[in-house]
Formats: sequence, structure tokens, C-alpha cells
Amino acid sequence: MSLDKPYTDVPGTTVFDADMSRQGYHLNQFCMSLMKAENRTRFKANERAYLDEWPMSEEQKQAVLARDLNRCIALGGNIYFLAKIGATDGKSFQQMAGSMTGMSEEEYRKMMIGGGRPIEGNRYTGEKK
Amino acid sequence: MARISASVYTSHVPAVGAALDLGKTAEPYWQPVFKGYEFSKQWLKDHKPDVIFLVYNDHANAFSLDIIPTFAIGTAPEFAVADEGWGPRPVPKVIGYPKLAGHIAQSVIQDDFDLTIVNRMDVDHGLTVPLSLMCGQPQAWPCPVIPFAVNVVQYPVPSGRRCYMLGKAIRKAIESYDEPLNVQIWGTGGMSHQLQGPRAGLINKEWDKAFLDRLIADPEGLSAMPHIDYVREAGSEGIELVMWLIARGAMNDVSGGKPPTVRHRFYHVPASNTAVGHLILENN
Repeated sequence: MSLDKPYTDVPGTTVFDADMSRQGYHLNQFCMSLMKAENRTRFKANERAYLDEWPMSEEQKQAVLARDLNRCIALGGNIYFLAKIGATDGKSFQQMAGSMTGMSEEEYRKMMIGGGRPIEGNRYTGEKK
Repeated sequence: MARISASVYTSHVPAVGAALDLGKTAEPYWQPVFKGYEFSKQWLKDHKPDVIFLVYNDHANAFSLDIIPTFAIGTAPEFAVADEGWGPRPVPKVIGYPKLAGHIAQSVIQDDFDLTIVNRMDVDHGLTVPLSLMCGQPQAWPCPVIPFAVNVVQYPVPSGRRCYMLGKAIRKAIESYDEPLNVQIWGTGGMSHQLQGPRAGLINKEWDKAFLDRLIADPEGLSAMPHIDYVREAGSEGIELVMWLIARGAMNDVSGGKPPTVRHRFYHVPASNTAVGHLILENN
């Protein structure tokens, strides 16, 4: 019997469960290593070489190099871990979150000031807006 | 005997800490957020506890994916402020209360809640931002703090029901402690927010306000809410709100006492990506 996953029909949302965590273990642990200043320096000096020290998939490495956070999440990354890449790049959490929405930084900021993304039309995949 | 005098509930948005640390609190964007805590800062001065039992979650700082404890109690004499990647926040270190923390661990584990005991742990914005909001920028925090970290990062997080029942067990533990300590319990995180994927930026004001109403008047019913409702209605990170049920479950009325007094209530959108909610409930 497989596990009940009632959260797969929430649009634009990946729930970080045991399956995602298993897939993303090395990706997330790489992110975690960026909490140390010396590792941030080494990563910035040669990103590819630093990534090659980790047993991550090539797809995961490419997603990190491209700073494609949606792709990172699809490959098992978790946002709190991925935030360490953003911190290394000097990005705020708002810049990181906004980068996943297809909106510009300014559009995203304005949406938040205007009360955020509305829940109407955003509960279920395929729901009419 | 020790007793719980009040519970405090607040979001712990990291950008709030950054705004405070960088001296931006007077900016029009941040002013309304900090204004909502002016009452609370004075209240805390007037009702200074001997110890704060602070429920929060670690955001991949103390705990990597190597070890993921569902409930972790900090039993150390002190806790350093974590470097989350931007450098540690310029705030005082956190002084613990090992004797009471050890007592609570022993009591709660014997009550069937399998806590992880942590003797060394850095604390991140989940714990320090609530302290900053409630205390401002002191040289030292006003009292010792027992950090209580809940896993809300890897699904499944503990259920609302489990958190609520745990709160009851924590109350029982505190009330069986021999010294006459005045304890506050704080529940932090939330309210609606989503930090990931194309749905990032989700805010659900109606749902948040109903959550506050029910937390005050019907915590028992609220504790039955399934995870999926939090995720769908309040965003993937809105699930942090289960932690508020630990603090609420520790209040007197839950175990047959009188209903608490709502001393303060505040709600504001936005702080960065997040809806800020805040409550102070006093036991009667």
C-alpha cells in the first residue's frame, strides 16, 4: 500500500516529504555547507569544482549553476536549504521567492504590498481563476 | 510551584529581524509591523516572566537532513545565535534553563511524547525574531529561554492534535516543578505564507483571521484541522501554525480552568513574503 499524499493537487507547490528529501539529500547538504564562510568563498571561486565534490546528479548541479530554484525543488531541494545559495549570492528571501513565480522582482514586491497572491483560484490545480 | 501565566503567539519572519538589525523600523514599509508590537514590549516589561518556553522551528540551521527530530528541547546553559548564511544576527546569546528544561523533558517523555534532548544547538531567526519583537534591542534578553524546536520542514510535521496534546503535557510538567517560577509559553511561526514554487507569495487573510478567532475560542476544534488545510489555504510554510497549538494547549482553560483574557491582538500584511499575526493571552 502506498502512502496517502493528499497534497499533490495544490498548484505551484511541492511538499517536501520523505521521497523528496531522499532525492534531494546531497543537494540540500551541499546548500548547508554554504553556512560556513570559507565554503562560500570556495564555491564562489569555482562553482563547478565545488559542486563536483558532492555526489549530486548532473541535473541538480545544472539547476544550481542556473539558479533555477523551481528546478532545484523539483529535484528534491528544500527552500530553507536553497536559501543558503541565495544568501551566498547576497539575495533576500523575497528576491528568492519572487524568482520562482515568473514575475519580476518589482511586480512580486508590489503584489505582496497589495496583500499577496490571492487564495481564490489557487487552491486546486486546474481550478478556474 | 511553577505556573504558566500567559502565552504569546507571533510570526517570526526573518526580514523583520533584518529590518530591526539594519535600523529600518521607522521606514513606512516596516512602521506598521513594529507598531503592532509596541503594546507587547511594554506588556512584557510589566509582566516579566522568570523563564520563557519558546516553541519555534529551525530553518535548516541547527538541523541539517542528517538528523530531523520532530520535537527537540534545548537543555543547554546557553545557545549561540546561528549564522544562517548572512552572518549571525547582532543579538544577545540566549541563556537557557537546564534544570527546568530537564524536568520538562523527563515529565513529558514519561507522558508518552518522545522528545529529542539537545545539549548543544545554535538558535536561528525562528527563536530570535520573536524575542526581538517582544523585547526590542536589549544588551541581554530579559530572562532565560528554553528553546523547543519542532520539525515543520520535512513533511509530515506533527499534527495539530499532537501539538495541542503536547501543550497539555508541558503545562503539567511545569506545574510539577518545585520552584515558584512564572513561566510564559510562546508559539511562533506563520501566519499564511508560501516561500516556494510558482504559488510563492500566497496570503489568505480571511483564513488567518478565522485561525486567530478559533485559537482563542475553540482550540480543541482547531487542533483537529488536517495538514492539507494548512498547506492548501495558508501556503506550504503556513503549516508552521501547528506550533501555536502547543502554546495554546498549555493554557489553563484547556485543562478545566477559566478562559484566558485576550490582552492583545494584531494582524498585518505584508512583512516580506508573510502575513504577520500576533496574540497575547493571559491565564485567569
